[in-house]
Amino acid sequence: MNDLQAILAGTVTRLFAAHVTKELLESAEKGQWPAALWQVVQESGLTLPQIPEAHGGSGGTWQDAYIVVSAAGRFAVPLPLAETVVGAWLLSQVNLDVPTGPLTVAPVHRADRLKLTRDGKQWRLTGTATGVPWGRASTHVVVAGDGGEPMIALVAGGGRVKADENLALEPRDTLVWNGTPVVAAAPAGHRLPADAVQLYGALVRSAQMAGGLEYLLSQTVRYVGERKQFGRPIGSFQAIQHQLALLAGHTAAAGIAAANAFRAVDKGAADFEIAVAKVRTGEAAGLGAGIAHQCHGAIGFTYEHSLHFVTRRLWAWRAEFGAESQWAAEIGRRVAKRGADTLWSSITRQ
Amino acid sequence: MATFHFELVDLPREVETLRAEVRGFLQENLGGRAPDQRARSWGGFDREFSRKVGARGWIGMTWPKRYGGHERSALERYVVLEEMLAAGAPVSAHWVTDRQSGPLLLRFGTEAQRQRFLPRMARGELAFAIGMSEPDSGSDLASIRTRAEKVPGGYRVNGTKVWTSNAHLSDYMIALFRTQVVPDKKHEGLSQFLVDPQSPGISIRAIYDLSGAHHFNEVVFQDVFVPDDMRVGEEGDGWRQVTAELAFERSGPERYLSSIQLLIETIREAGTEPDERAAVAIGRLVAHLTTLRQMSISVAGMLQAGQSPNLEAAVVKDVGTCFEQEIPEAVHLLMGVEPRLNSGSQLERTLGYLIEHAPSFSLRGGTREVLRGIIARGLGLR
Ligand SMILES: Cc1cc2nc3c(=O)[nH]c(=O)nc-3n(C[C@H](O)[C@H](O)[C@H](O)COP(=O)(O)OP(=O)(O)OC[C@H]3O[C@@H](n4cnc5c(N)ncnc54)[C@H](O)[C@@H]3O)c2cc1C
Repeated sequence: MNDLQAILAGTVTRLFAAHVTKELLESAEKGQWPAALWQVVQESGLTLPQIPEAHGGSGGTWQDAYIVVSAAGRFAVPLPLAETVVGAWLLSQVNLDVPTGPLTVAPVHRADRLKLTRDGKQWRLTGTATGVPWGRASTHVVVAGDGGEPMIALVAGGGRVKADENLALEPRDTLVWNGTPVVAAAPAGHRLPADAVQLYGALVRSAQMAGGLEYLLSQTVRYVGERKQFGRPIGSFQAIQHQLALLAGHTAAAGIAAANAFRAVDKGAADFEIAVAKVRTGEAAGLGAGIAHQCHGAIGFTYEHSLHFVTRRLWAWRAEFGAESQWAAEIGRRVAKRGADTLWSSITRQ
Repeated sequence: MATFHFELVDLPREVETLRAEVRGFLQENLGGRAPDQRARSWGGFDREFSRKVGARGWIGMTWPKRYGGHERSALERYVVLEEMLAAGAPVSAHWVTDRQSGPLLLRFGTEAQRQRFLPRMARGELAFAIGMSEPDSGSDLASIRTRAEKVPGGYRVNGTKVWTSNAHLSDYMIALFRTQVVPDKKHEGLSQFLVDPQSPGISIRAIYDLSGAHHFNEVVFQDVFVPDDMRVGEEGDGWRQVTAELAFERSGPERYLSSIQLLIETIREAGTEPDERAAVAIGRLVAHLTTLRQMSISVAGMLQAGQSPNLEAAVVKDVGTCFEQEIPEAVHLLMGVEPRLNSGSQLERTLGYLIEHAPSFSLRGGTREVLRGIIARGLGLR
């Protein structure tokens, strides 16, 4: 981490710690859009960390974005911050203007196909996208669609929305377009892979999960130091210590796998590293959530305690933008195709 | 909360030239070696091979030139190690000197000891063994009882070491003895010594492991004389030195690469167009492997920067040994083949070797339970 990144990390941590309170998380779960929080985050320049300045962003790197997105996971920030980071990136890559306000991306499911048709100078969008994160709250949706060739389009929000939620009660809405005129559209070109939404979606979810695990580790270490049974802190029992050692291992692995994927995007093609990150963080998320709950006992199983704000997100996020099995299969097929004897040389190629 | 810190480390571009050199060397020297032989890796003892590695300047790479070292970076050393292990090179005859005993002498040895041992270590001419464990002292290492009593000009040693890997093949052993009995303070009064296994009064008895192989030994000391100039460090400083020494042994790629040959053979068996089940199982293992490598390089980077990443190294070893043990299990579930010893396909034989040896991965160098205790201490729980 360089000096600027250390400053950025300090800024996001202070900001989220001050604003993302338990009350805010609870009201967001009831469907309240945290407008004031979005305002602060946007005004602090945290919504577009890796977007070039020419497109209105902060001009940083994906490694800077990792700091913001993983912190958002650590604090369970109830905003489409990760989605905005991805949506703005897709727009900037095809030279479209990035609007202010929260963005989301579609389609998140490979089976959902969106069509773009030409109508004079205008492009129109048709199709149904399910499970769109924060669909109802986003001012714009960045869509990957088929307009004869792969295209990226920007659509204003607010069309037909069927509200739904993930396990953590984050909005995951179905959006329906029927010849809706788009704000702007451009060919995806060769700068974006065909499955860019899935790929970058998996990337940001891996960072959010890595952040969530950091929370679980620090929260659980703190709790087992405070909670006493049999006259001593439960953290002094070896069985508990070993659980925390395991949690530390998963947290460390998740963090480095996710950070490595962000670094790889800065360097160029990163589909292998992103797949690795989604597999490793997803597995860590499941195991880590289990350990954190076990160490917290019944109190951690209550709505009153804040642990679930992160554990429910981890359970949801590991299945979004492709679960471990999907990405593992991609890695497996790719490795197999290259042949057994190139395994090591392809892992060491940077 | 006390916590760990893993920074991503970029290997410098120059190391890729070195990597290519190591690959060329390994291709030349191990070209036709079968996978089940490669799986022995740092269990394979081959003095001639070690001398060749030394001649290339790949032992003691980070040591000062005046001791025969090469003053290269920890990251360059890392690249050599990972290439050797990934290829299953028989590195055992120089492994202990490069990883543990050399660094120990550099840090705590006398000038005369450094002059005498380090250059020959770096040439791959000296094989070392580690005499720590005793019949009644495994995890509780500080409870050892082998006594080194002061006599004129040196020490008289009586007691028994056990599980001493390669004692029967080595030129020297670095052993931990009790030089003073301090009641109720078992960590005090320990000292380390360089011992010549040929000394009168030492008897070495083979202990066969569960596969029938002779790798470790019982070493009995009966009135063995060890001269003063073979003591390493100050008398009574043994515990501190041993703790530092064991930290050297936790951080490297040997803690996650032990089963890589089996993964390679599994990919071969699955073919270039694997079914979904095989693709998922293989892809998952490759994701873990890739991640562990980044973690391990991160530790190497901290060592290079002069830090002491003890907690991080312990985390890598714990996650890494779990992974090494998981591979034979995953391959069994996926392939359903019988593990074999002397017949069958390379997959079956490599699986056979690793199923039998995997239990040792979380014992050698300190057990998983001890390691997790170290991690818990690092997290501030103890
Ligand atoms: C292949 C191999 C090579 C080896 N080579 C060498 C060598 O070259 N030199 C050398 O000195 N030693 C060597 N060893 C020995 C190794 O260091 C010991 O096996 C190890 O330290 C554990 O000691 P132990 O086997 O006596 O097991 P024990 O200490 O008896 O442990 C048995 C079980 O009890 C657990 N246990 C013990 N204490 C605790 C505790 N406080 N809390 C929780 N669980 C506990 C252990 O984790 C383990 O699961 C080697 C071992 C192996 C397997």
